[in-house]
Amino acid sequence: MSFIRKKLDEIKAPFEPGNKLEKYRPAINALDTFLFVPNHTTKKGAHIRDAVDLKRTMITVVIALIPALLFGIWNTGYQHFSQLGEEFGIMEAFMHGAWKVIPMIAVSYAVGLGIEFVYAIKRGHEVNEGYLVTGLLIPMIMPVDIPLWMVALSVIFAVLIGKEAFGGTGMNILNPALTARAFAFFAYPTYMSGNEVWVSEAGAVDSISGETILGKLAAGTEVPFESIHMFTGVIPGSIAETSTLCVLAGALILMLTKVADWRIIVSGIIGAAAMGLLLNALPSFGVDGNDLTNFEWYNHLLVGGFAFGIVFMATDPVSAAQTMKGKWIYGLLIGLLAILIRTLNPAYPEGIMLSILLMNVFAPTIDHYVIEGNVKRRKKRLQTKTVKTS
Amino acid sequence: MPKSVKVKRGLRLNLKGETEKILVEAPKSKIYTIKPPNFHSIVPKMVVKEGAKLKAGDELFFSKYSEKTRFVSPVSGTLVEIVRGAKRRVMELRIEADAEITYKDFGKMNPLSASKEEVKERVFSTGLGAFIQQRPYDILANAEDTPKAIFISAHNTAPLGASYEFILNSKMKYFQEGLNVLTQLTEGKVYLGVDADSTSDLKSLDNVELVEVSGPHPAGLVGTLVSQIDPMNQGERVWTVRPEDVAIIGEQFATGKFNAERTIAVAGNAAEERKYFKTLIGAEVKTLLSGQNPDGCRLISGDVLTGTKVDEAGYIDYYANELTIIPEGNHYRMFGWLPFKDKDIHSMSKTSLSWLFPNKKYDVTTNLNGEERALVVTGEMEEVMPLDIYPMQLIKACMAGDIEKMESLGIYEVAPEDFALIDYTNTSKIEAQEIIRQGLDLMITEVG
Repeated sequence: MSFIRKKLDEIKAPFEPGNKLEKYRPAINALDTFLFVPNHTTKKGAHIRDAVDLKRTMITVVIALIPALLFGIWNTGYQHFSQLGEEFGIMEAFMHGAWKVIPMIAVSYAVGLGIEFVYAIKRGHEVNEGYLVTGLLIPMIMPVDIPLWMVALSVIFAVLIGKEAFGGTGMNILNPALTARAFAFFAYPTYMSGNEVWVSEAGAVDSISGETILGKLAAGTEVPFESIHMFTGVIPGSIAETSTLCVLAGALILMLTKVADWRIIVSGIIGAAAMGLLLNALPSFGVDGNDLTNFEWYNHLLVGGFAFGIVFMATDPVSAAQTMKGKWIYGLLIGLLAILIRTLNPAYPEGIMLSILLMNVFAPTIDHYVIEGNVKRRKKRLQTKTVKTS
Repeated sequence: MPKSVKVKRGLRLNLKGETEKILVEAPKSKIYTIKPPNFHSIVPKMVVKEGAKLKAGDELFFSKYSEKTRFVSPVSGTLVEIVRGAKRRVMELRIEADAEITYKDFGKMNPLSASKEEVKERVFSTGLGAFIQQRPYDILANAEDTPKAIFISAHNTAPLGASYEFILNSKMKYFQEGLNVLTQLTEGKVYLGVDADSTSDLKSLDNVELVEVSGPHPAGLVGTLVSQIDPMNQGERVWTVRPEDVAIIGEQFATGKFNAERTIAVAGNAAEERKYFKTLIGAEVKTLLSGQNPDGCRLISGDVLTGTKVDEAGYIDYYANELTIIPEGNHYRMFGWLPFKDKDIHSMSKTSLSWLFPNKKYDVTTNLNGEERALVVTGEMEEVMPLDIYPMQLIKACMAGDIEKMESLGIYEVAPEDFALIDYTNTSKIEAQEIIRQGLDLMITEVG
């Protein structure tokens, strides 16, 4: 360890303040602090500090994403081979998926971190770790056959317009990963929806029926899957969102480590279930509804990106509501709206992306009204006091 | 029935290096030093020159903008040096002590039979005003004000904090006298926060409203007491006094002598002799080290959360009851950011295993355990904030200098020390105490 440390210090020497490469320090520091927690000591304020830092927090999210990612890679291969009717084993499915997915992750990280490094050097601050999560999320929520250049373009849009334009990490209004997906969704709709994009290389074969369950419901065709398929995730969809089981494993990691706020996840599920139940009850009020409104409420929780969105995207602390009460309201509304958009607007078979982005925009407003309660309490206390004394 | 304050939000931080409850006499310092920067926002106007001969209790300087507040010497001797900093700001007054202390005689006064005006006049003109802090702004009390209440917290919940019960044990008579003095300074009540589990005589004192305090730090902070008992409103003043200082005030009224006796608990995992030392305000740090070589250690005048860094050749701060010694943490940790790694470093976060061992005592260093980052994580500050305050929103308002927002979010109710645990626990490693201090200073200049 001391050998590596020594070597690193040698490499870093030209980047130290006063030397000619000084302004590239954030870049070399990002690599150094990836290997070592630095030897910085407290200068002001409390003399001792907690072991937690942003790197540890972000890595915990990455770990929580791994079950869904691995399943997604396998499922990519599984969908491909089973739709083509070919014989295959677990390894083959996995290899096929990896061949498709890993280049997307590589492009996402290379482009996104590249921009982050440039901004860190330009603004003279350290590289924030947030992109470690964003960069992995972006490919995980894309259809598998999207061209790599579209991934790159979506990343550029999300990081530049979604994040840096607002002042960088911690300042963004919208969740950057969903911004990337929304960009791709509206800029290249033919690559982001329909029946040919969800199964890898499906477009090449006519006989393939690669629609997602929600797509089928919207089109009124029959759904050949049971709830158990929707739960385990052996269904077509964006790369890593299909398995509710794996998402739950991630949710467990995030909630136990308190990295994600359980309030948002729980209230989101309550909201979605409530809306599902309400829509399911439409026929008993004499309204026929459609295939989507009549789709069982618990299946609504299992299909599409709902579970993935509510666990990994809605809980992004920067773009979510920040107050405790606000988080309940925010989660609840995301759940309600996600199912509402999904069922009542056939142009958007999946509503979670739009409902999270919408609530991202409203999160500061929710917080404002929650905090206003605290402010009013303070004002009232002052008023009763002044009345008493006068 | 005494009032009770039960705090839930906070953190009980068990550190190695507690002070043994043994009281010893510290070796005499050659020099005692008063540091005017300890009195935040006071601009000193000197009344003595270098070379002046002083008795304990003789005036040194007064506050330029509130002339009634006077500051006196803790010891008799010669003013050997006035150390000045940038813009000729007075940083230190160094007084070489006589072998035997002689005291200025202020005469005895029974605070309960004297008038309120007489008591107040005596407190501020004889240097006792230096022991009285005010909220809002966490600065010295202004002699022109009459506070709505006075608060004392004799329950120290800070990690490795000195036990005020132990310190006051032998000073109970003067502590009571000090409380008598304080009752004359306010129209309202004098509140004393005491550990709910304590069996000490602190619970059977007169002329004071007892408050039984329980819960994790910051339950023992005086700000927590104020917020739970009689929260601050805009335009109001509350005064706070530290427990040992109450005894000094009482003794001065009872005997006529300014006895600046200070008990310092030497604590910390790098301290060799961890005892309570009896000395005087402004004593030399090295007289408390028992010959220990503190190389590679940080010496903190005060506790680990709110104290200030001092040198081996430096002096203890005016109000400090602790000298905490912990190792400097200027070392690297390979892959230290991995979750659940290094369970020997305490963390409140569940990304470390240390929460599984709530009673374990931890070794600490001054390592930052990461780097400063943008504010990302939400909800963690609230977990250690028992005040009715939105901490992150207030911190952001202070950073932005948005006075209206600071006001509506409760800037008048807080002091930097209320945010010390946020310094410790927050993921982004921001300096919350510093930001709040700057916010308060901005309020002083803009609102006053």
